[in-house]
Order: sequence, then C-alpha cells, then structure tokens
Amino acid sequence: MSAAAREYLRQMLRIRRFEERCAELYSAGKIRGFLHLYIGEEAIAAGTLPCLGPGDAVVSTYREHGHALARGLSMRSVMAEMFGKVTGCSRGRGGSMHLFDASRRFYGGNAIVAGGLPLAAGLGLADQLLGRKNVTACFLGDGSVAEGEFHETLNLAALWKLPVLFLCENNRYAMGTALERAQSETNLSKKAAAYRIHSEQVDGMDVFAVAEAVTRAVAAVRAAEGPWFLELLTYRFRAHSMFDPELYRSKAEVQEWLKRDPIPALIAAYGLDPAPFEAEVKAEVDDAVAFADASALEPVDELLWRVTMREVPR
Amino acid sequence: MKTTFRAALREAHREALLKDPRVLLMGEDVGRYGGAYAVSKGLLEEFGPERVRDTPLSESGFVGAGIGAALGGLRPIVEVMTVNFSLLCADQILNNAATLLHMSGGQLNVPVVIRMATGAGRQLAAQHSRSLENWYAHVPGLRVVEPATVEDARGMLWTALQDPDPVLIFENALLYNLEGELAPDAGPVDLDTARVRRPGKDVTLITYGGCLPRALEAAGQLATRGVEAEVIDLRTLRPLDEKTFLQSVRKTKRVVVIDEGWRSGSLAAEVITRIVEGAFYELDAPPARVCSEEVPIPYAREQEQAALPQPAKIVAAVEALVSPHG
Repeated sequence: MSAAAREYLRQMLRIRRFEERCAELYSAGKIRGFLHLYIGEEAIAAGTLPCLGPGDAVVSTYREHGHALARGLSMRSVMAEMFGKVTGCSRGRGGSMHLFDASRRFYGGNAIVAGGLPLAAGLGLADQLLGRKNVTACFLGDGSVAEGEFHETLNLAALWKLPVLFLCENNRYAMGTALERAQSETNLSKKAAAYRIHSEQVDGMDVFAVAEAVTRAVAAVRAAEGPWFLELLTYRFRAHSMFDPELYRSKAEVQEWLKRDPIPALIAAYGLDPAPFEAEVKAEVDDAVAFADASALEPVDELLWRVTMREVPR
Repeated sequence: MKTTFRAALREAHREALLKDPRVLLMGEDVGRYGGAYAVSKGLLEEFGPERVRDTPLSESGFVGAGIGAALGGLRPIVEVMTVNFSLLCADQILNNAATLLHMSGGQLNVPVVIRMATGAGRQLAAQHSRSLENWYAHVPGLRVVEPATVEDARGMLWTALQDPDPVLIFENALLYNLEGELAPDAGPVDLDTARVRRPGKDVTLITYGGCLPRALEAAGQLATRGVEAEVIDLRTLRPLDEKTFLQSVRKTKRVVVIDEGWRSGSLAAEVITRIVEGAFYELDAPPARVCSEEVPIPYAREQEQAALPQPAKIVAAVEALVSPHG
C-alpha cells in the first residue's frame, strides 16, 4: 500500500505543482486564453488513470491538465501546448482546453460542456463492434448533467451496453452556479441510475477510494457488463478560470474543503515524506517550462495544414 | 437501366455495407421502419441490427456517437432524418467533426458520413422545409455534397466513405422519386467537381440539388425562345469547384444562380462573389440570382410554391439579363 501511496503522492504533486506554475506563467503573460485549474481534484486523476490500459480511451473536459499528465502525456508537451508552441501536444492549436494525444488514445479536452460524451459512446461502440476489450473513460463535470447530451449519451450507452465508464467530477459548481441552484436532484448518481446504469458516489478527495471504485468499474465495463457511472465528490480550490473573482462562494466554505486537501491527507495517512517528490517534481516542471520557452511556434505558413486530410482549395 | 434516386441511394448503401465491414448505418428509424424516406428499406433484414442501427430521437447523441465511432475505426453513415433536425446536433458537427483534426494538431481525422434530407415543396410548413446547406458549407473541415441525379445518388456515398474527413450528404426530398437512367456498371463518382448538365452559350445557370430539375426545365423553355442556357450542377458545395463555373461564365458572360436557400448570406451569394472576383471584366450583365423568398416556408401550397425558386422565376431572371433592351 505504501508503494501505491507514494506513487499517488508523486502523481498528485506533479499535477499540483505543474498547475501552480501555470498560474504564475499566466500572470506573467506566457500562457493566455482560458486556464482552468484542477487544484483540489488531483486525487481523481491520480487514482483513475493508472487503472486504464494502453488500449483504453480517455475523453476529457476543459479542466484536463491532470487527466493528461496522469495518462502519460509528457509534461513538456503539455506545457508547450500552454505556451502555444509547435512542440505542444496539439501543436499549440488547442491550448489549455484542448490537449490531445492519439498515441495514448487521449481524445481531448472538449470545451463544450458535455460535448465529449457522445464521442465516448461512439468510441465504445467502435470497440464493441470491432471486438476489442477496451474501456472508454469519459470525464465530465457536474455542470454537464444539465445538458441534453448528458442524457442522450447515458441513455444510448445503457441501451447499447457500451463499454464506457463515466467519471463525473462533481466539484459542486458549474462555473459560478452551485449545484443546488441548477439541479432539482443533486445526487447525480441517481440520474445515471435512472438510465439503469450501475452508479456509485465516491469520495473524490481520497485517492485510494477513487482507485478502488475505478478498479471495480473498469473490470465490470471490460467484462461487457455495460456502462458504469461514478460520481466523484470533490472540490475545486481555485477559481473557475483566471477571470473569476469568486463572488459566488464564501471563503469559509473554501477553507472547510481545504481541510480535506487530498495531498496532505495522503501524506498524513501514510506518514510519507514529500521532500524527495517535491524535488523531483520541481525539476520536471522547471524542465517543462524551459522546453516550452525554448520551443518554436508553428510557422504561420502551416496555418491551414490539416484543416482537412486532403489539401483542398478554399 | 431505369431507376429512381431512392433506389440508387439504397443500392449505394448495400454496396457499402457489403464491401466494407467497418461501415454501419445509424439513425432514427433507419432499420425496422425502413427509413423515413424508405432509403434503407430492407437493409436491416439483410445486414442485421448491429450494422443497420435504429437510434433514439437523440440527434446530438447519435451523431456524436457516429463521430466517436469514426475516431474508433468504424466508417459510420449517420442519417439525420432532415436538415431541420440537424440543428439539434449542430454542436457535434461543428465543434467536433469539423474541428478535431486541426485542433488536435493533425492527429485525429473523422471519417464520418452524415446524410440528411433537405428542402421544401411538400407542404410540411416552416419547421420541416429548410435549406440550410450553406450553414454547413460555411465551415472549414467539412466537405458538403448534394446529389441531384441518380448517377450521383448511386456514386457519391462510396466516395464519401473513402474520404478521411467528415462528409455531409444532402438529399433534396423532392428528388427521391426522380427517375433516371443508370448504367449497370455505375460506380463511385468524384466529390470535387461541378458538372455541366446542359451545354449552352448565352447564359450560365448555376444550381444544385432540388433546383437542378427546375433549372433544366427553365433552360428548355428558354431554348424555345432562342436562348441557349448552360446549366451547371455544383454537386459539391464545399469546397466549390470555381474552375468549372468560371469557365462557363467566361464563355456566356451572363449568369443566374438558383439556390433554394434564402438570399441573404446564401450559397448563391458566395458563388456570385467568386464570379465577381474571378471574371468581373468578362461579364456583360450583373450576376443575378433566384433564391427562396425570405420567409418561413408556409404550409398552404400556393404560398409555399410562391416562396420557392420556380422555372418561371428563372426564365424571367434570364430574360432580364439577355433582353437587348435590358
């Protein structure tokens, strides 16, 4: 267990320190556009992604730095993407919200809330029809539950018994709208259950609880039992994006949740020494920033490259 | 052999399902019902429910699933019953299908084919009578095609399925019963070029889809009055085959574009702009167009017909251009 705990700690620290540096670089003007930090929610990425195999697929949201790093995208390629550089995982075309890596079956970073869910159903359908025993892990936020695509996709997935694992990161706010101000039923697992999908609520601040639930879920989905839905209860410590003055929640509420920060909790529970990990992670982040800074931009004459696979007249 | 537009489409689907095990057809009522326009009648019985897949009424869900399935290695044909309903899945078509390849830095191409019926003329009123091809033809990353002959109904699908990018095929619902000759060995056709459907020297009529028969009828009437109209079928609405229509306009020096879309911001506007950009000094008259009237298409037959491009309107537009006193 303690080997696992150390690996979880290392991964959560990678994500947190990476994002803290991103926030600094945003203020310094090196990173632009929208930047949605995952800080506070790292236990979900760290607990989930190691449960997937290389053939499995991942569909993510616009708060996906943690998912990408835990899936194995190099910190260099993710940081370079933040910088808009050609060495970025999407050649600098996507930025923070659109991280892609086909070689790791990481289908991105979707900036339309719930827009990735139907894609996950389709990826699952392809695996099912082609006889591949893969799982598609589809991250979504609590905000997506209000979208039609959430309901359409859950129904399709259940109806066709698609091998999709829905991972609902419920951080209690859809941008600035609290869950109870947006949903008549705030237990989101019940919505999945209404589609006859096996669903559970999981403590998303406890990396071992996440890993335990995801391990069971992946096994069941891989065994062709149909989709599963995990509602991971979590909290975002930082603002929604870099433009958010946080008028919609109290400091006291944030303070309460900070007591449940998954990183100190794990350190305390297993008596871990974070110092060696901190040093390793700092070196990795420094290297990623140096790499991104030194990288070239995509040449402007490549602007139109791969709008389509066939080069076509305008 | 004589066949119909509908039967030609059905044969194209059969061929695709027979030749490529990665192909599946999915959409509302494509299976047990046989297709809202009976295009897929009999395919469920022949290919089974996995490959001819009825979906719930969830346009965004099943179009997005088709896009995802294409990413996963299948070659889905997704039927959206009509363009009117495609508004419910515009998110998936624009934000995912059209965008993923470029936004992923060239990593993720989306070989999906999305078919939908389009057009008015059957007294179905405003919500079932739209012609929104131009909305999709506006979007980089998509290829947009529209067959107007049985040969294209038979041949466009296979070529679309070989395309590594998303292809939207629009089918004007008035054409499903169109009869025509089809060679027994008719096969795939290109999705790159416009075609001259009737040669002429006095004026060029440029159109596509359901307006092609009306333009040809107008050309026939004009011929009896001594005006030889050249009729061009665009076939592919994005990317446009400028070369073919500019060549014709340079010859005839007069042009009328016929488009069932509304005039403001229409495909006709784009075609005419390109003519002005490419052949301005070779024109003998200002380019003209016949589009739908700018109104939600009404139910009553007389009003509906008055709203749409008709042969008489096309003839009148041409006569205004070629009249020696004009």
